[in-house]
Amino acid sequence: MPSLKDLRNRIASVQSTQKITSAMKMVAASKLKRAQASAEEGRPYGERMERMLAQMVASMSSLQSAPKLLSGHGTDNSYLIVAVTGDRGLCGGFNSSIVRETRRRITALEGEGKQVKLLCVGRKGRDVLRRDHAGRIVDSMENVTRSGAQFAPARDIAKRLRNMFEAGEFDTCIVIYNTFKSAISQEVTVKQIIPFPVEQLAAGGKDRVAASEAEYELEPGEDQLLGSLLPANLSMQIFRALLESYASEQGARMTAMENATNNAADMIDKLRLKYNRTRQAAITTELIEIISGAEAL
Amino acid sequence: MAETFVFEIVTPGRMMLSRPAEMVVIPGEAGNFGVLPGHSPMLSTLRPGTVEIREQNLKILEQIFVEQGFAEVTTERCTVLAEEAIAVRDITRDEAEARLSRAHDALMAADTPGIRRGAERELRAAEAMIEALDAYEKG
Repeated sequence: MPSLKDLRNRIASVQSTQKITSAMKMVAASKLKRAQASAEEGRPYGERMERMLAQMVASMSSLQSAPKLLSGHGTDNSYLIVAVTGDRGLCGGFNSSIVRETRRRITALEGEGKQVKLLCVGRKGRDVLRRDHAGRIVDSMENVTRSGAQFAPARDIAKRLRNMFEAGEFDTCIVIYNTFKSAISQEVTVKQIIPFPVEQLAAGGKDRVAASEAEYELEPGEDQLLGSLLPANLSMQIFRALLESYASEQGARMTAMENATNNAADMIDKLRLKYNRTRQAAITTELIEIISGAEAL
Repeated sequence: MAETFVFEIVTPGRMMLSRPAEMVVIPGEAGNFGVLPGHSPMLSTLRPGTVEIREQNLKILEQIFVEQGFAEVTTERCTVLAEEAIAVRDITRDEAEARLSRAHDALMAADTPGIRRGAERELRAAEAMIEALDAYEKG
């Protein structure tokens, strides 16, 4: 039976935890608001870039002569997985769902005899994946989305990927990240970014080109234009992944902290009830002692 | 009112500008080109430089410095995608010059061809920024 003092201390400590979790919830909520706004504002760039790329691909004579970022190395032996997680925990299943999916992919790909390398964006993913896949991690990055998702780090990552791809370190690159659905749900998304999947583009692009009957004049040439459009598109894809991931992280944290705050409230109620019962029991015992003492006289 | 087309400047962070325009001059990789309503469709890469929005009588309405970008022109619209874009009147000389000297230093320190290429590009962008500012101040 815990003493009254123990219970009082316990209540105080749960209360202070509750204060922390509810403050974290507020912070996450306001960050989420900003993250959503910036994801919204980033959308037109992506849409227009895809439109341009689709138009180029649709008007291209053949894909064989296309830059490697589009046509690939022609082989499919080694994979690079970019796992996008957060730098901090306390956000429910946000990081662990990415880690789970990454592990699943690694096992599946290696089962097919492929070589797999890992690039971790975000400290949490690296910390966990390092335990069993240390040898596969080529590099990891931290604080990428410290003050929201920015374009510059996305461009740096894209550049890094391009250099590795050109050096032949991998044939296919996929990103694994959380897509923001709502504050309570995130969806793990797996997307291939190198070589850029043309099929989906070409399908949409052909319709549009046919509709406008437009034959584009290209300046400088097709090769050069694609040569700079593709890297820009790669940066944009990664930027989009970072934006989605950051918004998801804030959403997940907000929900997790809200649950924690509610749990703390339940716990405080229970503890307070127990405290009152214990206190009353103590008073009753004392009274009985006094009364029976008086009767004995 | 003269005929217009829709002109947009979009950066990764936001839609910077979307307005009807009568004429726009764009710094294409192969040289500046003017876009009027009904321009034949084209795609072009851009060099760092100033996008000018003009009236039919050539009076300049707005000047925006862009780098690392593309332009898509169709008969009814013109879209500029740029990784960086800033209104020329918002550039300060100090910042532009600081950037230029940083670019010079980076080029001096560059030791691999890859880094060197990057530094050279940065230098070109910084120079273009100062040129844009000079041209703007001259009016």
